[in-house]
Amino acid sequence: MQMPEPNLSVLSRKARIVSRLLEVLPNDAVIHDEAETRAYECDALTAYRCPPLVAVLPSTTQEVADVLRICHAEGVPVVPRGSGTSLAGGALPTADCVILGVARMNDVIEVDYDNRFVRVQSGRTNLSVTGAVEADGFFYAPDPSSQLACAIAGNIAMNSGGAHCLKYGVTTNNLLGVTMVLMDGTVVELGGAHMDAGGLDLLGVICGSEGQLGVVTEATLRILPKPEGARPVLMGYDSNEVAGQVVSDIIKAGVLPVAIEFMDRPCIRATEAFAKAGYPDCEALLIVEVEGSDAEIDEQLALITEIARRHNPVELRESTSAEESARIWLGRKSAFGAMGQINDYMCLDGTIPVSQLPYVLRRIGEMSKEYGLGVGNVFHAGDGNMHPLILFDANKPGDLEKCEAFGADILRLCVEVGGCLTGEHGVGIEKRDLMVDQFEPDDLDIQMSVKDVFDPQWLLNPAKVFPLGSSETRRSQALAAE
Amino acid sequence: MMTPQNEAELADLVAAAAGPFRIVGGGTRPVGRPVEGDTLSAAKMSGIVDYEPGALTLVARAGTPVEEIEAALAAEGQRLPFEPMDHRGLLGTSGIPTIGGVVAANVSGPRRMAVGAARDFLLGVRFVDGMGRRLKNGGRVMKNVTGYDLVKLAAGSYGTLGVLTEVSFKVLPVPETIATLELSVADGAVAQVAMTRALTSPFEVSGAAVLPGEARLRVILRLEGFAGSVAYRAEQLSALLADLGTVSRIEDAAANAALWQGVRDVVALSGCDLVWRVSATARDLRAGVLEPLQAKTNSLVQLDWAGALGWIGMTAAQAEATGGAKAVHERIQQMVADRAAVPGGGHATLIKGPDDLRADVSVFQPEAPAVAALAQGVRAKFDPKGIFNPGLMG
Repeated sequence: MQMPEPNLSVLSRKARIVSRLLEVLPNDAVIHDEAETRAYECDALTAYRCPPLVAVLPSTTQEVADVLRICHAEGVPVVPRGSGTSLAGGALPTADCVILGVARMNDVIEVDYDNRFVRVQSGRTNLSVTGAVEADGFFYAPDPSSQLACAIAGNIAMNSGGAHCLKYGVTTNNLLGVTMVLMDGTVVELGGAHMDAGGLDLLGVICGSEGQLGVVTEATLRILPKPEGARPVLMGYDSNEVAGQVVSDIIKAGVLPVAIEFMDRPCIRATEAFAKAGYPDCEALLIVEVEGSDAEIDEQLALITEIARRHNPVELRESTSAEESARIWLGRKSAFGAMGQINDYMCLDGTIPVSQLPYVLRRIGEMSKEYGLGVGNVFHAGDGNMHPLILFDANKPGDLEKCEAFGADILRLCVEVGGCLTGEHGVGIEKRDLMVDQFEPDDLDIQMSVKDVFDPQWLLNPAKVFPLGSSETRRSQALAAE
Repeated sequence: MMTPQNEAELADLVAAAAGPFRIVGGGTRPVGRPVEGDTLSAAKMSGIVDYEPGALTLVARAGTPVEEIEAALAAEGQRLPFEPMDHRGLLGTSGIPTIGGVVAANVSGPRRMAVGAARDFLLGVRFVDGMGRRLKNGGRVMKNVTGYDLVKLAAGSYGTLGVLTEVSFKVLPVPETIATLELSVADGAVAQVAMTRALTSPFEVSGAAVLPGEARLRVILRLEGFAGSVAYRAEQLSALLADLGTVSRIEDAAANAALWQGVRDVVALSGCDLVWRVSATARDLRAGVLEPLQAKTNSLVQLDWAGALGWIGMTAAQAEATGGAKAVHERIQQMVADRAAVPGGGHATLIKGPDDLRADVSVFQPEAPAVAALAQGVRAKFDPKGIFNPGLMG
């Protein structure tokens, strides 16, 4: 993966940049020793690594503003970092950059149950937002798989989703407001605790902008009262086509499950060997979960199982206890770990129209043979967000490149059938160069022109999202103007 | 009036024109500062392009009448979940509301509180920018984080960033049953207690409004879903509210539809000459705006979104009696600004008022200077010649 050449002038000014940062931050918040900056050399896309020039860990919005003002004046690129769990390389440093980590900013600022929002510092982890309100019967809905570790800052940057977004939406649907620092140090408030924008919906474009428009330091999030209960049903089918039809029929019947998860045979086998959840050996497995009181759950599951039966399932297992629910979810939740037992894997994230599911799975199977690499599919079927896991051997020369080429072909297929490159992980560097397969040059230009407004010097996370060729003029002009 | 038949024609027209344009869909929502310019209508770019009920997605050209979309969805037992308001009754306009207009004004009804606004269900847009470029963003799938989300930016931009040509939505099934609980209360404080209790319960209320009454206020709470579920939740919720007054239940489907359509379209205020829409948290709206305002002024108020959306209406005479419409307007916006917990934490928009008033005031809530500069910067990128609805949003 190509990254821009580091700015030699910045590299040569390291000592001065460090000393200026130390003027506004405590000693332990400025990490510049080369042994220590290595801790920030990558995120969860571990195939790519590069230690940053410096890493800083501010504790307040004011400190973030001070850091950005200095970096702006010095012309230093800044890469914001939440918890570093990005699968797309969103927090990958360059050698000339300052990593701005928000991990120390994890306070809950305000909890308001009557108006159903919390305001937190952006370094707080996703799960601990729910943790702060669950004793009182509330929760924060978006639930990315990494929720134990991932920060709200990163969720906002990538507009993260999760298994339950069919009903509750993704981050952007649950984000009410942010405090954000622009690259020049200006602090702005976008949105608030109210439910819509009074002017242009700038908050809407901040969410999902991958840390390229500003650094979010505080966020106001919508919280919801917890449902009385939830229960899954598991069903197995002999073909992907039939399972896809079941998903479509459930949706058309007027039920809105909180989750519809899909696993294909390679994934079922791997998880079964790993987690022993008792899954049937079949072509396609669905886990459908509904919420409500016991009676409401019964009512919805009756309808769902009736639809499921119509399509001759090889297995249909309705949970009758908390233990059974946990077992049904066990395999799905350990799917990534199970695939990881077999080999190294790359996790993709394209979305397709639900109707294209059987065709896309068939094509992926064919491509798997062509490339000679195994692939398992596990995904959020209700919304068409696929997570093909391609197996490869990182120690085998050429395997990573082959895996990346296979992945790119799958993502192009997603676009070809009317979908997109990424449903919830973000573009980062991983899908950066594929953007031209989904967008025309003008479509990319108008997006980049938004960055021109927020960050005219292109200093914030500049080598991400847009193909380097597309952004080159802007990045080099900014450099020349320095 | 210019009425391009398709996106290519529109793009040619814009690229060649000096403008400025007043952009309309059906012309039923004349909100914002009046715009001088040639009228450019999107109405002829019409028709549903793609509808997949099993995938819950619909794509339509921007000029498609809302009623055509609603009919197509209804035939499959589905709907636009965000319940877009029809402004004609309130604003006294005629014409055919279009789906592009719904997007341009981010029009959302009572269910916004529970499921999201128009912008939350909007999956993708196609539009022509101020240089005549044909652009797209988003798509027709439910989860999509590929590149910047200009879809949200387009929603509620009132035609100041581009002319929409095609929009795609996530839709949802129409629930089997609907029921409304009704409670008559003496004042706004009790009404708020009732709504807050309902919304902090697990009983999934999909509408919570307060309608103005003769002496007392009507609190209405909507439940939707399967019959058994609605009956169960209605029982639980009635018990939860029993100490606040007598809770009655409306179960007739037609009566429910009419009631909530009335809330959606704010018919209670249709006799008013001046109407403001105030969005703030329930606590800020009640204590910061409604209570001080009503202490000094006669006005009609409808609350929606469990108290987080206020519609304030006055006759011209009532406004005159309190210092004039302009003073009332500025006072409301000032109260919102003063009360908001964070700068910009709420806003008041003059939705209905005479042209000369709308030309004279800041119709939309003024933004903090740094935010206004960003918005202006974005507009200048999308519409460098300043030809799309110039000045409409301030």
